[in-house]
Amino acid sequence: MMRKQQTFSRGLSDKVRKSKAAPEIQKNPFEVKINRKKFDVLGRKSKHDVGLPGVSRSRAIQKRKDTLLKEFRLKDKNNTFIDRRFGEYDSKLTPEEKILQRFTLERQRTQDRKDMYNLNEEEELTHYGQSLAEMEKMTDVIDSDSDSEEKGLLSAELTATHFGGGGGLLRKKSAGDDEEEEHKPRSRQELIEELIIKSKQEKRERQTQKEEAQELTEKLDQEWKSIQNLLAHKTPKAERTDETDKPKLDQYDMMVRELGFEMKAQPSEKLKSAEELAREERQRLQTLEADRLKRMMGDAEEDAVQTNTHISADDMNDGFILDGDDRKTLAYKDGKWNIEGEEEEKEDEDDDEEGEDDDEDDADEDHCDLQSDEGSEDEDGQGAEEEQVCAEEPPAVSEEQKKAAQEAAKAELPYTFPAPESYSDLKQLLQGHGSEQQRLILDRTLKCNHPSLSAGNKAKLQKLFGFLLEYVGDLATQNPPDLRTVSALIPQICGLCQMFPEAACKAVQTLLSDSGHSMEETLEVKGRAPMPDLDMLVLLKITALLFPSSDFRHPVTTPAFLFLSQALTRCAVVSLEDVCKGLVLCCLALEYVSLSQRIFPELLNFLLGLLHLTVSDKHNMGYTVVSPFRRQGKSCDLLVLKDPNVSHSWNRKPISLQTAHRLPAQSPVERDHYRLSLIDSCLDLVKRCTWLYKDLPSYAHIFQPIRALLLKHLPVEGYPAPIQDLHREILDAIPEKPSQHAPLVFKKKKPIPLKLFTPKIVQILDYGKKRGNTKEEKERERLKHKYKREFKGALREIRKDTRFLAREKLSDVMSRDAERKRKVKELYGSLATQEGEWKALKRKNRK
Amino acid sequence: MASSTDSNVKGENSQVSYKKYINTKTDRVLQSKKHANDIFDVIEYLQSEKDKEVIFATNACSKVFCQLFYRGDLYVGDLPEEEDLVNGDRSAEEKYRIFMRHRYSNCVELLLENIGHKAFQVKETSLCALMKFVAAEGKHPLQNLDEHYNFPRELLQTLVEHLLSEKEDMSLLISRFQEFLEMDDVRYYVMSSVRDNIYRVMGRNKKAVIPVYQNNVFTLLSTINVPSEASKMRHFLVRQDYKLEQWKVAKLKEHKRAFEQMWLVFLKFKLPSNMYKKILVILHESIMPQMSDPTLLIDFLSAAYDIGGAISLLSLNGLFILIHKHNLDYPDFYKKLYSLLDPSIFHVKYRARFFHLVNIFLSSTHLPAYLVAAFVKRFARLSLTAPPTSLLILLPFICNLIRRHPSCRVLIHRPSTAEEPCDDPYVMEEEDPAQCHALESSLWEIKTLQKHYHPDVAKAAMKINEPLTEQEDDISELLELSTFELMERELKAERKTIPLEFDTATELLKSSREVLGVHFSLE
Repeated sequence: MMRKQQTFSRGLSDKVRKSKAAPEIQKNPFEVKINRKKFDVLGRKSKHDVGLPGVSRSRAIQKRKDTLLKEFRLKDKNNTFIDRRFGEYDSKLTPEEKILQRFTLERQRTQDRKDMYNLNEEEELTHYGQSLAEMEKMTDVIDSDSDSEEKGLLSAELTATHFGGGGGLLRKKSAGDDEEEEHKPRSRQELIEELIIKSKQEKRERQTQKEEAQELTEKLDQEWKSIQNLLAHKTPKAERTDETDKPKLDQYDMMVRELGFEMKAQPSEKLKSAEELAREERQRLQTLEADRLKRMMGDAEEDAVQTNTHISADDMNDGFILDGDDRKTLAYKDGKWNIEGEEEEKEDEDDDEEGEDDDEDDADEDHCDLQSDEGSEDEDGQGAEEEQVCAEEPPAVSEEQKKAAQEAAKAELPYTFPAPESYSDLKQLLQGHGSEQQRLILDRTLKCNHPSLSAGNKAKLQKLFGFLLEYVGDLATQNPPDLRTVSALIPQICGLCQMFPEAACKAVQTLLSDSGHSMEETLEVKGRAPMPDLDMLVLLKITALLFPSSDFRHPVTTPAFLFLSQALTRCAVVSLEDVCKGLVLCCLALEYVSLSQRIFPELLNFLLGLLHLTVSDKHNMGYTVVSPFRRQGKSCDLLVLKDPNVSHSWNRKPISLQTAHRLPAQSPVERDHYRLSLIDSCLDLVKRCTWLYKDLPSYAHIFQPIRALLLKHLPVEGYPAPIQDLHREILDAIPEKPSQHAPLVFKKKKPIPLKLFTPKIVQILDYGKKRGNTKEEKERERLKHKYKREFKGALREIRKDTRFLAREKLSDVMSRDAERKRKVKELYGSLATQEGEWKALKRKNRK
Repeated sequence: MASSTDSNVKGENSQVSYKKYINTKTDRVLQSKKHANDIFDVIEYLQSEKDKEVIFATNACSKVFCQLFYRGDLYVGDLPEEEDLVNGDRSAEEKYRIFMRHRYSNCVELLLENIGHKAFQVKETSLCALMKFVAAEGKHPLQNLDEHYNFPRELLQTLVEHLLSEKEDMSLLISRFQEFLEMDDVRYYVMSSVRDNIYRVMGRNKKAVIPVYQNNVFTLLSTINVPSEASKMRHFLVRQDYKLEQWKVAKLKEHKRAFEQMWLVFLKFKLPSNMYKKILVILHESIMPQMSDPTLLIDFLSAAYDIGGAISLLSLNGLFILIHKHNLDYPDFYKKLYSLLDPSIFHVKYRARFFHLVNIFLSSTHLPAYLVAAFVKRFARLSLTAPPTSLLILLPFICNLIRRHPSCRVLIHRPSTAEEPCDDPYVMEEEDPAQCHALESSLWEIKTLQKHYHPDVAKAAMKINEPLTEQEDDISELLELSTFELMERELKAERKTIPLEFDTATELLKSSREVLGVHFSLE
């Protein structure tokens, strides 16, 4: 209402404002008010230096009269008279024009008529497009309807009596019952009573009908229930009983209903072609890669975008990820269609009624619905049973037994698992299974406890990640280490990490921090620490798989870098196992920096130290080795070959990671082979480093010590040909003389312009220029200011409105009072004259 | 302890019996002079194989002889031979005293031997008993000597001699001995006896290194603290009333001199290298301030400085104090410092101390530009092998040096010959900072470090891309930084998002940039 009024008034007020005050008023010094300025500011245009208060006040009053007053007058009057005649509210037309236009329109209308040539014909009067003359003729149309009054729920009589008014009723009745009861006219009271009785009767009839129908349906339902069980075991589409009970359905009805229930074709997403999919995938990878590069440069630290996963168009944004999709996959198992969820529920039934299984799919579906609530409990129970089975299983001793046990486990592996609540739970769950089975178990656990299934699952799975890492650590520290299983569990770990990046980050961080802390402590107590165990190496590797090591700063990989650095500088190398672990660390370090090409001085120091271990003559070196290696000492010739002829029988093959844990007892020849493998790996790492760092300005200086060692000290003659090749390649890659570089200069800056006398241009906002620094703040200040002003203005206007209205009301009252006074006076006057006349008459008569 | 393998009852019996036995014997000895011979039985127990018996006997002996001292039952003066006693014409009383005096010296000998005993408790009780004797002898002198104010020097000297064993590490006992060193007179005489002892032992060993002995000496020396003020010297084992003012022991100056001489004698001889480190670590804090003339240490310090490695780094501290406070002129100090810089400085334990000192040495703005440039360039070159903790010190340090010496700015900004590649004119192998052409070079090494894996290091290295700010960076907080602390700092930082690797891995040794899998296999 207000709004409407405002828009309305706006239009009017515009009109009012447009009409400028007459020039003579503007010139009249008594009308003009001059706002005195304190200072003259050059170039400032002031709008309000001269005002015409009288004019603007009268304008405002006029405006109110046109808008507010009108509304006030129309207040509490619901009906309005809208004159639809042509040009009624058009002020531009003069009354003469208006009349003329109306007349022409009238004429035109008569022109269209079919009897336009009938000159004598009078104009026909109409009401709602129907000729009034016609209407007059059909005065008793209603009578013809009286025959059909029994049909239909709303009988014409009823409507007529209810809505036609008393007169209508009377007239109609008399018309309907003319023949029989002419002589016995009934009173209105009787008529109404009759009407009521009639309607009540109708109502009762309808109710009884309804009840009957209901009874029938109930009976039918009961009968149906009694035969339903039979039906379920017999043919699924048995309709015989139905046919007897139900009336035969109309063919047409059936069709209609079918059409109604038929699934409407839903507009689906267009199936993408392989090409499109590939393009999309590529685009996704490109954006991710670009993002990675951005993070590598360290620019995007603040506005880091979650690069977590590709979000499909169907994603509900509820953490549901396609990888963890628990849609049933179509698979065959033992020749039967295997639907994981249902299979589970059916298992019990399957035992009893295997034969009948095939032909009662439909019935089963109903069952599933009924049983789905119990299903989860069943699952839990079964999971627990299964666990017990696992726990009771004696550790398989012989190979055959193990195999048999595995087979048995495979057969027994349940489909649902509860999420482990503690580390021992997880251990119990996974122990005693083969690596593939463990993966399967874990996979199923993840699917069963997907966060979209239940609220508590998220926390459970988050904890599970920590347990898994612990478990992996345990596997890696076993004797012998079970790295196959670790490798098999990687996809699950990745999946979990993708689901819960924060939890994963926390878990890895804790492990890193604990390990770093214990190393620091041993360092403080003993002065040196042992090399990290295989579990830490595996964790570092997993870290590289889960988190991008190329980021400029990353909550997980940066600490991991520091851990590597600590291990490579502070951990003593006293055995071949240590050398192997050190090499693993070097590999990891190189992997970490391979994309970002960052320099890792500790890595190069360590490689130099490792190569130093191969040198038997430690005198006259052209390089210095740093911690943890020493120039000479106890374990400084770990990699010196004991037997020079061993190189012929060596061939290149990957070193087993398990040897990092514990080197099996070996013959001297095997040990030498092992040494050669280590040296080979070490040299290969050096080669990779030379590739990686060849663009750095200090490339030659960085590799100078290694070059000196390789050139003069490495006993390369005693090594097999592949290692000699490697050695040569590295020496070729490292230049003897450092490359040339341009001297350093500061980054070019934009020259700072000289100070000029051009005025400084400052944006002056509504509220001045002082407040707000950023764009948003300024905008907020501006809006605040604007709001304040508008508010004040509105308040003032409202006040003026009320004042105006009060004035109007007062003047109304005054005028009404004046009128009354005048009338009373008039009456008194007339009475006085009457009295006077009467007295005069009396006097006259008396005379 | 070996005897405890006997049956329990017997062991208990014997335990009780020996206690009772020793007690009755001591009581009898003290009761009357008739039973003087019983002292032999008590002394015999000092050589027993059972530790407990030895300890008990030691306590009994100390009790007996202290009592005898108190009674004045020990012969005073030059002790005649025991054989002469028989035919000498002395009174019974005198004979008894001479006899007891002989028993006393026997007892002392045995106790001194017991200081080298296996069991620490035996050692400890022997030490305590001996110190009681020292106190008793001080009170009731056995010799009529006035010069030394009655202090039993000989006894203390032999005690020190036994403490400073050449074969055994006595550090525990020495730390027990420390409480006696708080007595000013004991300390004074110990200092002088240690000095004599070192002379004797080292002379005997022809100045070769004796690590155990020197270690013992060091432990003893490092526990000795001279009080800072003369007024604090009020604590004596043996009170002297006679001519206190002239008593050397009561003078701080004498103490300081004794302290100084003791150390100088110790440092004069060749030391094992770890001993150098130990001494140098405490030198500036606990040795130099207590010496009357620290400049006498210059020989030792310059010898240590010439050894090289960590020892040189440590000796810097002492040298610095000498140069700074005692006006020492050390020629080629900076040249030597320059040659000290090698990759190992970033890995030694004393890195923080070293950088602290180097920062002080190079803080003067009056150093020639070529020298500072040489240091800067050398540090930069070495930074290529440094761990991040050192780099975080080193990079701000280099920037500070360039700030202090604006003429070194050419190292990071050389606009005249821009864009023309040239060789690095710097000669790393040159020992003389004046000859190494550092001022003609640029810090390409820092440019290299801009690609360092640690974000803070990379950021610190980035600073040379732009003109340095006026304000120097404070490196004092960074000095003690350890890798683990860096790691913790990183772990504690709040992070909004955690980017993940988008290539999901399927196997442990299979990723887009696999290196580990190339060299290693799971089996």
